[in-house]
Amino acid sequence: MTDLNTTLPSLADRARIVSEAEGSTIVGVHFLRQTPVFVLGEEALLFAPAEKRTRVAAHDGGILVSAADQARIVTGGDDGKLVATDRDGATEVLATDERKRWIDQVALGPDGAVAWSTGKTARVRTGKGEVREHQAASTVGGLAFFPKGFRLAVAHYNGVTLWFPNASGAKPETLEWKGSHLGVTLSPDGRFLVTMMQEPTLHGWRLADAKHMRMSGYSARVRSLSWSHDGALLATSGSEQLILWHFDGKDGPMGRQPTMFAQSPARCTRVACHPKQPVCAAGFADGTVLMVRLEDGALIMAREADGQPISALAWSPEGQVLAFGTEQGDARVLTL
Amino acid sequence: MTDATSAAAASGKIPVTVLTGYLGAGKTTLLNRILSEPHGQKYAVIVNEFGEIGIDNDLVVDADEEVFEMNNGCICCTVRGDLVRIIDGLMRRKGKFDAIIVETTGLADPAPVAQTFFMDENVGAKTRLDAVVTVADAKWLKDRLKDAPEAKNQIAFADVIVLNKTDLVTPAELEEVEARIRGINPYAKLHRTERARVDIKDVLGRNAFDLDRILEIEPAFLEADDHDHDHDHHHHDHDHGHDHHHHGGLKHYHDEDMQSISVSSDKPLNPDKFFPWIQELVQTDGKDILRCKGILSFKDDDERFVFQGVHMILDGDHQRKWKDGEERISRAVFIGRHLPEDKIRKGFAACVA
Repeated sequence: MTDLNTTLPSLADRARIVSEAEGSTIVGVHFLRQTPVFVLGEEALLFAPAEKRTRVAAHDGGILVSAADQARIVTGGDDGKLVATDRDGATEVLATDERKRWIDQVALGPDGAVAWSTGKTARVRTGKGEVREHQAASTVGGLAFFPKGFRLAVAHYNGVTLWFPNASGAKPETLEWKGSHLGVTLSPDGRFLVTMMQEPTLHGWRLADAKHMRMSGYSARVRSLSWSHDGALLATSGSEQLILWHFDGKDGPMGRQPTMFAQSPARCTRVACHPKQPVCAAGFADGTVLMVRLEDGALIMAREADGQPISALAWSPEGQVLAFGTEQGDARVLTL
Repeated sequence: MTDATSAAAASGKIPVTVLTGYLGAGKTTLLNRILSEPHGQKYAVIVNEFGEIGIDNDLVVDADEEVFEMNNGCICCTVRGDLVRIIDGLMRRKGKFDAIIVETTGLADPAPVAQTFFMDENVGAKTRLDAVVTVADAKWLKDRLKDAPEAKNQIAFADVIVLNKTDLVTPAELEEVEARIRGINPYAKLHRTERARVDIKDVLGRNAFDLDRILEIEPAFLEADDHDHDHDHHHHDHDHGHDHHHHGGLKHYHDEDMQSISVSSDKPLNPDKFFPWIQELVQTDGKDILRCKGILSFKDDDERFVFQGVHMILDGDHQRKWKDGEERISRAVFIGRHLPEDKIRKGFAACVA
């Protein structure tokens, strides 16, 4: 194995250190316009513009999930609260579970809608503020809005249910596949739906004809997915390299081998595709962050290995800034 | 147990104790007792959502006991999906607790809980299964063993059995129920209690699933016991016609469908024979084998090999060097339902190098 640290061009020393291993796991990172905001494992969000950093208390306990659009970050906690935090650090409790059950999943729609789940119950608060509810067959493992926002994919045991929150009469359709589906995503063109399973494999459906796709060969459970800027590739974690499945063409990845870049001694834990360019950032279990050019696999080092597994990774909306955080609480921002 | 605590600290893994027992046996009493004692430890407690009695603890999580099959072609590789999710979430609050206790419903099968720790990589990386502790009702267990397969599973699966409500039965009845338990599982540590009053170090920090700790696989009832037995060798009549004999003053029953089989050899084994054999055995009969474990001496190998299994899942490793003068005896035990005894005995014997 070649030593990546010494042979690659590196920008690692240009990264600004926001928080140096302060203990609380970084569970997510999002950009509110140009401001990187780190989601901590407990209680707070860490706003990290270049001038100063600010802690914003959002939950009374652990933060389990987060999702963001340009205007706000929505987090779900083990305090049973769903909280929106805006650019100014103002928080609003969007929902409180009456029994203080965990908010397990969160997703945002394009028109201001918010979806969340507690156990088997999925709820949507529409852009107009109306709340709708759907009872899944079992605990919800993942939520994702369709690109146009009219439909919500609800992953659960043995499949995914497609629900129209605004059409109370429409019977939800279920795509079946045995096993536990722990995360769901839709291709940007809305043609394919992909789930992360308990086993080290992805399952997919072509929605036009519900044709199944199995994407396997991973060394671990896939926990991070990201679509490339043009929607042609799905970048995935879960192996000792960056695995990219091809979703251009009418058959998507069916019958095609994935592209594999950034062979590494450690397992890939987080992926984030650049919003404008054919570039994907990949974070690894040893603390390495690489920027991978998707045309030829050329690599640039963004963070050097130090044994801290990468647990959060995101690009700014225009793609000039990459932010990353680790399980041990090290948070950094790299401006390109 | 300082040992266990330091072992946990060394591996960085949070110990998890699984608390089972049939309805009304006293699980919640034991749980509240553990939580209220001044041990200085903080626990995260995972309870089932239908638990009727309040738990007095900071970190209590409701679970829904959702069991699903892994897609690996192994029908008994079931895992608790809710545990995968909850342990993932609890790890956000690492540092707020020292150990996790999972209380199951009275009707739960312990196997999917145990298998979750072997089958989910994240759970296995962050936590370790410490022991399955089963609370049994001294007065009613005998009846439950007849009519409730769950109760029998829980006894068979246990590393520690808390035989509770001993004040509600006569000494003879107590001896009888203990013999019934031993007929199913002679290897668990058994503690007789009233109102679930048991020393916490006897139930927590057991390291029963730790390969390094698979030291004693002798039947526990052959050991010197820490409590009194009446030794008058009276012969209890019972309503079944099957075997019934005495070991050191204790009655011993054979349960009709759940048994344990112990095999041993003083000749070294051939690893090239043993591994294919045990793999094949759990593939074909794993559904019926609830637990198995063993200490093995392989030919031309100076280290002890230890293994354990839950249904079709096996885990094994070299443990340490055989000590000078230590008898190099290979031993294995199997606990399960309708075990193919002849096949296991002959198969094991054929692994001799």
